[in-house]
Amino acid sequence: MAEKTMRDALNEALHQAMAADDSVFVIGEDVAGCNGSQGEVGSVGGVFGVTSGLYQAFGPNRCIDTPISESAIVGAAAGAALMGMRPVAEIMFADFIGVCMDQIVNQMGKFRYMFGGKSKCPAVVRFAAGGGFSAAGQHSQSMYQIMTAFPGIKVVIPSNAYDAKGLLLQAIAEDDPVLFFEPKVLYQEACEVPDEMYTIPFGEAAFVREGDDCTVVAFGQMVPKAAQAIDALEEEGISCDLIDPRTSSPLDADAILESVEATGRLVVVDEGPPRCGLTADIAALAADRAFKSLKGPIKQVCAPHSPTPYSPELEGFYLPDAEKIKTAIRETMA
Amino acid sequence: MSLSKQDLLRAYRNMKTIREFEERAHAEIMNGQIAGFTHLYTGQEANAVGVCEHLDPEDSIISTHRGHGHCIAKGADVIGMMKELWGSSEGLCKGKGGSMHIADLDKGILGANGIVAGGPPISVGSALAAKIRDNGRVAVSFSGDGSVNQGTCFEAMNMAVVLQVPAVFVIENNYYSEHTNIDYAVGCDDLKARTEGFGFPVFVADGSDFFAVYEAAGKAIAHARAGNGPAGVFAETGRFHGHFVGDPQHYRAEGELDDLRANSDCLKIFRAKMAETGELSQEELDAVDAEVMALIEESVVAAKAAPRPTPEQVTEDVYISYGAAG
Repeated sequence: MAEKTMRDALNEALHQAMAADDSVFVIGEDVAGCNGSQGEVGSVGGVFGVTSGLYQAFGPNRCIDTPISESAIVGAAAGAALMGMRPVAEIMFADFIGVCMDQIVNQMGKFRYMFGGKSKCPAVVRFAAGGGFSAAGQHSQSMYQIMTAFPGIKVVIPSNAYDAKGLLLQAIAEDDPVLFFEPKVLYQEACEVPDEMYTIPFGEAAFVREGDDCTVVAFGQMVPKAAQAIDALEEEGISCDLIDPRTSSPLDADAILESVEATGRLVVVDEGPPRCGLTADIAALAADRAFKSLKGPIKQVCAPHSPTPYSPELEGFYLPDAEKIKTAIRETMA
Repeated sequence: MSLSKQDLLRAYRNMKTIREFEERAHAEIMNGQIAGFTHLYTGQEANAVGVCEHLDPEDSIISTHRGHGHCIAKGADVIGMMKELWGSSEGLCKGKGGSMHIADLDKGILGANGIVAGGPPISVGSALAAKIRDNGRVAVSFSGDGSVNQGTCFEAMNMAVVLQVPAVFVIENNYYSEHTNIDYAVGCDDLKARTEGFGFPVFVADGSDFFAVYEAAGKAIAHARAGNGPAGVFAETGRFHGHFVGDPQHYRAEGELDDLRANSDCLKIFRAKMAETGELSQEELDAVDAEVMALIEESVVAAKAAPRPTPEQVTEDVYISYGAAG
């Protein structure tokens, strides 16, 4: 099996999905690139290269460049999906949810419910998400935390190239709208990825590490950081379960609760700020449903209640890392 | 464009059905029978019908918060709509949407919409699907003079031109976005010209005259259907009620509503035209009136008798599948 980066794995998934089903198309800003210019159309393939080669392979009707109009991009995906297509829209940076929130939350996410179950909106919206690029306050947010709160949409956060491909193919196959958050610091990270198409079901967590003393739940780019922390603690004789839920909606609550019941301890790690976030959500789940199993305090490791800073040093202080995760595990073990 | 007798009867029946649906809804809201927020289309019927007469079930429309008229004109089941207003589990949307979210995908109705200008971007998506499939379908979005000031409307109009999709933007100017006049809220003097500035033709109609709207909409829809990209319809119209039921309408000039009802009533204007041309007799129109009144009465009786929703229905239809996990 070949090693592929997350970028290449996602790109391969899009090529394969579009080849397999002609109702699948991609739409967004510069997914082809260079339209109307001297440059060669299709030579951009998305600002992170995820849609590379799709224009060349599938043409302008299925790799569609748009103006910088995020509401219209999401709306176009939602409307096309209502009419039976399977669009994959790209919104570049997850932060730009701020300019298309209505189309996601009030439109595509609510059609089915408000229309009495008579509609289907199989749209995927992809975003490059999260910190680590010194991209400052408007290009570093992970955003999936708040989107998890909205019923009617599904929320996916892959943490490695293998999962990214399988989860994206599943997202495209889903009949409900899906928001797909790609941690942008992981685009260049590689692991073994099969060439053929495969899917990973939503709502099924991955056990990245298995241990007895503490349950660690982490999302997206925090998964490799948590794994690093856990591997280091192994030398101190502490062993942990590391659970990557992979989808925050639906959430594999059973996997988390079963692990917490076995270990009696829980550390939840996410790169977003603390208030109303995923760490608080999962801490509340365990406090509510596994309280009697707990042998130590539930610890949340997340960013502080501040915007993402620009300076590399400041962003380093801001984002959770393996040291902070280790400290949290030791604190709950104490 | 010639209309057969059958076409004329259908157009009149649809306009009359909208009128009586709205007037009955108004009465029942005042009686406390219908919950929530309701925005009535009374007075604007010729717009919805003049446009939808050109559409097949496979063409799509997307509507606004003032959406009952568009839905009826596009073929939504009136009894199911009334049950929906009543909040019954037998409503067109199982009581999950109510007045502002009536939809019927089988009829190409992508929903009324509670968000002003929520619809145009979605309509561009429907038009994009038609373009990709090259199936000759068009997608119509209805907007008002309030909607056209939303960024989503601008984005949708521009993107429709950029992507050359068969989207038709119908702008019904009823002069008030909620309680604010178009003279205040639209910064330019010429909304038609502003709309045309996006790069598509806009056909103007007197929105109280079915035949004028039918003609303008026919040109716009033919333009889009022929693959020439988007087009617009701009109709001047008047709503006979307030923004919502219960609106005290402080913004109205003295005598304005009386004048609207007397001189801009599309049903009266239609009847007068028929009297002039002799295409339909007053008796034939009266027969339609009676038929419509009976249908509306039937819908209210059915809505009152329809089953009420049950607690387990609250969480139904959020997703198609959500797995065992929660």
